[in-house]
This record gives sequence, structure tokens and C-alpha cells, in this order.
Amino acid sequence: MTSPLEQKIKITGPSMVTANRTWDGIVIYRTAAKGWSTDLSDAAIVRTADEARALLVESVADDVGAIGPYIAPVEIRDGGRIKPGNLREHIRSQGVTIDLPVPA
Amino acid sequence: MPLVKNGTIATDPFVHVPDGAELPADGALLISTARFLDDPETPLRRAGKLGVIWPNNRDVDDLVPWLNRLAAVALVFPSFRDGRAYSQARLLRERHGYDGELRATGQVLRDQFVFMLRAGFDAFEVKKDSDAEAFAVSAKRYSVFYQPTGDGRVTALHRRMQQRHSESAGQ
Amino acid sequence: MYAYDELDRTLINERVEEFRDQVKRRLSGELTEDEFKMLRLQNGVYLQLHAYMFRVAIPYGTLSSKQLRRLAHVARRYDRGYGHFTTRQNIQFNWIKLAELPDALADLAEVGIHAMQTSGNNTRNVTSDQWAGVAPGEIEDPRIWSELLRQYTTLHPEFSFLPRKFKFAITASAHDRAAIKIHDIGLRLHKNAQGETGFEVLVGGGLGRTPFIGKTIKPYVAGRDLLSYVEAILRVYNQYGRRDNIYKARIKILVHELGIEKFAAEVENEWLAMRDGGLTLDDADIEDVRSRFSYPAYEKLPHMPEELKKAAHDPLFERWRKNSVFTHKVQGYSIVTLSLKPVGGPPGDATADQMDAIADLADKYSFGEIRVGHEQNLALPHVAKRDLPALWKALDKIGVATPNVNLVSDIIACPGLDYCSLANARSIPIAQELTRRFANHDTADLIGRLHINISGCINACGHHHVGHIGILGVEKNGEEFYQITIGGRADENAELGALIGPAVPYGDVADVVEDIVEAYLALRAHPDELFVDTVKRLGVEPFRERVYATR
Repeated sequence: MTSPLEQKIKITGPSMVTANRTWDGIVIYRTAAKGWSTDLSDAAIVRTADEARALLVESVADDVGAIGPYIAPVEIRDGGRIKPGNLREHIRSQGVTIDLPVPA
Repeated sequence: MPLVKNGTIATDPFVHVPDGAELPADGALLISTARFLDDPETPLRRAGKLGVIWPNNRDVDDLVPWLNRLAAVALVFPSFRDGRAYSQARLLRERHGYDGELRATGQVLRDQFVFMLRAGFDAFEVKKDSDAEAFAVSAKRYSVFYQPTGDGRVTALHRRMQQRHSESAGQ
Repeated sequence: MYAYDELDRTLINERVEEFRDQVKRRLSGELTEDEFKMLRLQNGVYLQLHAYMFRVAIPYGTLSSKQLRRLAHVARRYDRGYGHFTTRQNIQFNWIKLAELPDALADLAEVGIHAMQTSGNNTRNVTSDQWAGVAPGEIEDPRIWSELLRQYTTLHPEFSFLPRKFKFAITASAHDRAAIKIHDIGLRLHKNAQGETGFEVLVGGGLGRTPFIGKTIKPYVAGRDLLSYVEAILRVYNQYGRRDNIYKARIKILVHELGIEKFAAEVENEWLAMRDGGLTLDDADIEDVRSRFSYPAYEKLPHMPEELKKAAHDPLFERWRKNSVFTHKVQGYSIVTLSLKPVGGPPGDATADQMDAIADLADKYSFGEIRVGHEQNLALPHVAKRDLPALWKALDKIGVATPNVNLVSDIIACPGLDYCSLANARSIPIAQELTRRFANHDTADLIGRLHINISGCINACGHHHVGHIGILGVEKNGEEFYQITIGGRADENAELGALIGPAVPYGDVADVVEDIVEAYLALRAHPDELFVDTVKRLGVEPFRERVYATR
């Protein structure tokens, strides 16, 4: 299995690093303060492949706290609001697109 | 990298000799398959014990002619997820009756000790010190085994049979 | 029902303790994720999009009411109040926390449930026919052999790190409800000319990126030789299966690359060297496992009880009875399928409340036993016919009496992009929309048996290749698109479906399926000709024309 660090890094626009928290599996985003947040608006934004790689490297180093960090696209809206950049990230941040059988 | 033998950390009597390096005159040696098959008699004629490091992608059949003259066979787990050496170990022990040292090398972690013991390994080049220290505890993790291997442990099926016989005998 | 004895329970408990220690070492950092991942997979723990997913084994799809209640407890205590039944007769929980998993496993262990080898590159749940033991015409109960295989494969020291996952299925009926032809090893139980029980052994079936229908490697293996023969197959696979490319690592690829004759010869060679060793089953061994299966003390009941005659005037009851109730091998009894495919609902899910209610109904009406089918429905296997009207009312109340079993809205779907990190597209909303389009039961009855299978990616967990209509989610330019195939089937005449044309966007899928169904209704030779037979007779072309005429 190739480590994410061995793969060629290409980004097509503003991006962030996301992962899942080890102890409970929930979605987390890498912050600029070298930590993780469950809130997408705290995500550090990178705009070049080099920046993305650097962010990924430090994220992967936190093997205890986070599983499987990877680079994902975001959209930046007016006012700097960060939105998920594709359907998959939308689902990860908002939850399933269907009604759960038992209302939360 | 600690060696575990007889359930505990031990000094390794064997020295790995890299290809191309001269064979020491005495002492126990482990050499590669390529070197061994290229000229088996020279190392075998030495006074000291000889072991061969056998790759996991080659039939152990090719080693069988020399098994009764080898003190050790080292099998390889390039990744702990690559389970080919388990089959090789069982074949060596159960099909070919090999009774020398059978050593696990490569990525050897505590969570595979029980499987390795059951497959016939009796020596382990353990990756982590903490795993080597935990060998005895890890080896006793399981007391029930469903399937027979050459390790002599009684299977669940047979324990049940024994229970039944002793129950009916006691009546 | 197989009764676990002290030895079985000890093994499960030892496994739980081992995993508890492994989780502790993971959370402390002593184990890296790279070292831990395979260990957690071997206990059924996946990482999905938003959380861990926990896959619990339901060996050969058989549960006691006590066990079902405990699954409900896990759903409530550790998850979000529901579970999902899978295409391999297991159950999945989607929101589990790793830190709480050892406790969840301990709770399950108390009732003899485990999650051993429900994932990872090892041997998985041995699945069987959900009507095993009660279907008319069955040679003998295949679950005895499933249990023998389950024990043999559990924590097998030689085969816990195979090149890739390995799946078994067993059938003992002429009509294969276990889909053995799409499994790595498929076993067809039958008797030889001397009346001895044995197996036709098939290998190399499987779906995914490179689907194959299994090939017969040996037409008859005696029961006593089953385990030794399986060991020979596994040993050949363990040593020679590809490990360089995960997409070429299943046994189906090895069988394909060697050819079935050469592969069979390799296995035979290996088998001859070990066939009379410790794995030979003698009659006492088989009897021991058989004796641990308990069967109901069926009453002598009439073929047509009064209660049933009286209820026949109720058209809703009759519709459900004709759809969901099947003939039992014992007179006066029935096999009842509980549809987990309500209109507008996600297929295959049950809430904790539903599970508890079904457990109570099983106690009252089915000798405490429930079955899980690979088509993601449940069944109550021992219902007295006189109890059918009362049972129906109760099932209807909890929402598991939709009379759509085997019909167009009885859809098999994987979790898809809503849950799964492997997916390219969503599958559940597609299934939901289809159940809404075909909500009218008269229409569904008119259409007849029609299996729709939906997979959110090429891994094919929804078994789309063998759907009468198969739907495969793909990604095109960041959008969800779907390829549609028709004419697949998973039974004894297993066949892969054929593509009807270019992929269609998310919003069009339900319309396309409606067009396909309309074409079938117009083209079928007579109302009894099933969809899949019309496709066989006419080929894909007439359907393709209809669907793509306006697209």
C-alpha cells in the first residue's frame, strides 16, 4: 500500500487535509495550529502542491490521533467561508444524505 | 532485534553472514539461499552449525534434500500481512519432518506469535523489544484451538470427544 | 440453532481480550495504524467516511432471539439505534467508536456472537441458504457443514494472512439461494450414487473489478474429506495467489491465470499428500456437531387451519401471505420472510426497536429463531400456519410486512457513498426512489420477480453483476453516474448481466429503470415469463433501444 507521502501530490484549487479521529472515528480537519478540529471552518487552507505536501507530512506524523489523512478540495465562498469541495467531503462534513432510520 | 527462543529472550548463537563475506571458521551461521544452493557442501562441511534463510516465494521442496543436515531454517515475513511462510513452516515440520530450529524473521510482531507457534516456529527475530518481552504472555493468549496443526495441541473437537468418553465411561 | 459450548465461548472471550489489548496499544501509540489496521479488520472494524463501521458475524445467517436482542442493545448503547443487514448474512453498525469496541464485543460474546474474520485477508463468514433446515427438498441441513467449516477456518494459523479475502457459501437445495457460484469456494451438498453425502466443489467465483462465475474443481468430495480438500485449496492459494497487486489477488485470478485444469491438478497434488491426516472427519466428528444443532419440536398440524381459512377474506392479509410466506418442509408450518425494504426506506436496515420486537415475535411464533438472508431481509423459519394472521398484524405494526419480497422494490443495495469510503456514488437514495416509483403493489405483482442490485462502486458489494437489473455507480467529472446492466442472475444458472448503454446521471436512474420495466411488460411472451427470461430470449437490444431512444 503506497503511503500518501509517496504519491504525487497535485491540487486543482484550494485544499485542506482531513482525516478521522482514531479513538472514535469522527471526521477531523488539520488546522494551521498543528492540531485537528471537527469544524471545517478551522481547516488550514493550502493552495500549492508544496504547501499541501507539508501539511500532509505533519498530519501523517500524528499517527496516534488521526487515521488516514489525505488532501481534499474545498471551495472558498464570499467572506472566506470554507465549504466542502466535492460530494464526498460534503457527506463527510454534513453526514449521510438520507434520513437515518432513527432520528438523531 | 531480540531473539526469542524457548519462550524467552535469548542470545542468538547464529550469525547472519552477508553474501560475499567470508565464512567464519567456526560458530553457527545463517546464510542466504542463493549462497547455499550455489555451493551447499562448503558451508555444510564446516564444524559449526549451519542455517539457511529461505525466501517466502520459493518452494521448500528445493531445500528438502539438505534438511537433515541443517541446524536452522529461517523463513521470512517481508510484511506481517504476507502469510506465505506459515504454509512453508507447516510443510517443513509436518510433511518433511524437519526438527531443527525454525526461525521467523522479517516483520515479526506480538500479534502473530500464537499463529507462528502453531505453524511450527520455535525461534523469533522479534521487531520490537516490548513484543519480545511480552512473548510468554502473548503465547498463552488462547487455550482453545479449532483446527489441528503439527503442534500437538488438542483441538476443540477432540476435547469434546474426550469429554464424552470420560462422561460415558464414568456412568 | 447451534449451541455454543464452553470451548466455543472461551475462544470468543479470549479473542475479545486480545482485541482489548490491541486497542489499548493502538490508542497509546504502541501500535501504529499500519500495524493495527489488519488486526482491527480481523475483528470486523472498518474506517468509513464519517466513522468506524463494525461488522458482526451471523454464522450462516442464523440467530436466536436472545442474540437479536443483544444486537439491538449494541445498536442502542454503542451506535445510533439501528443496524444494517448485509449481502453476506452479517450485520453492520455504522457509528461505532474504536475505544468502545472491546466493550461492545464483550457484550456480544455473552450471547455467543463475535466479529472474528468479518474483514481482512482471511476466510470470512461461511454463508448458506437462509431456509437451511426447513426448505422442502433439501438434501440435509447445510448449516452442519457450515459450522464445521466455521470452526475449521476460525483463527487458522496458516491462513490468517492470505493474499486477499476468501468467501465460502454452501447450498443443499437444487435451487441455489446461497449464490455459491459467485464465491471463492462454492459447495453444493448432494448425495452420490451410493447415497453418501458429499460436495461438488466450485472455485474462483467472485464479482468486483473482474467478475467470474465459479468453476467446478471436483464434482464429488466426500463429507469426510471436506476439510482436508479445502485445506489443499487454501494452501495452494496462500502460496501462489498474487501479492503484488490487490486487484489481482483473489483466487479467481489465480484460477483464471492457471486454468481450472492446472489449478485442480495443483490442489489434487497437495491433497493427496495430506488427505488422510488429522483433518479427515469421521462419523463421530460430524455427529458431534450435528448433535449441537437443536430443532423445534414441531406439532402435528393440519395443512389448512381454521385461522387461515377465516383470514382469507382479508385482501391485505392474502396479498402478504401470497408474497412473503413460503412452504415449509413440515406440514402445517411456514417460512415467513420479513421485508426490510419499506417504501422510501434504506434497504436492509432495522432499528433497535424493530429488532427487539422481531425477537419477541420469534419467541412467540418461531421457536426463538430468526434467519438473515443475503438479499438483506430477515426470516422467521418455523411459523405455524395457524399463527400467520396474528403474526402478520404484528409484523405490519412494526413495518416489516411490506409485501414486496422478490419483487422490483425488494432491492439489494450496498451502503454506497453515504457511508463507504470506497464508493464513487450513492446507492441508498437510488434504492429509495425506486421503491417510491414502484410502491403500487398491484404493479409490482404484475411485473413479477425482478431483482435489482445496486453497487456504489466496482467492488460490487451490492452484487450488481448478478442482478436482473444491475446498477453500478461511477464518477464522471465529479458527478454521480450509473451504468445499468440487465440479465444477470445469482442462482444455479448464474450469469453476469450485460451493459445496456452509456452511464446515465443520478437524476435519470429511476426513469431508466421504469423504461426497462415498461419494455419488459410490452415484450414478454406471457405474464409468467420472468423479466430475466425475457432478457435471455430477446437480448439487450430491445431494451437499449427503448432506454436510449430519447437520451
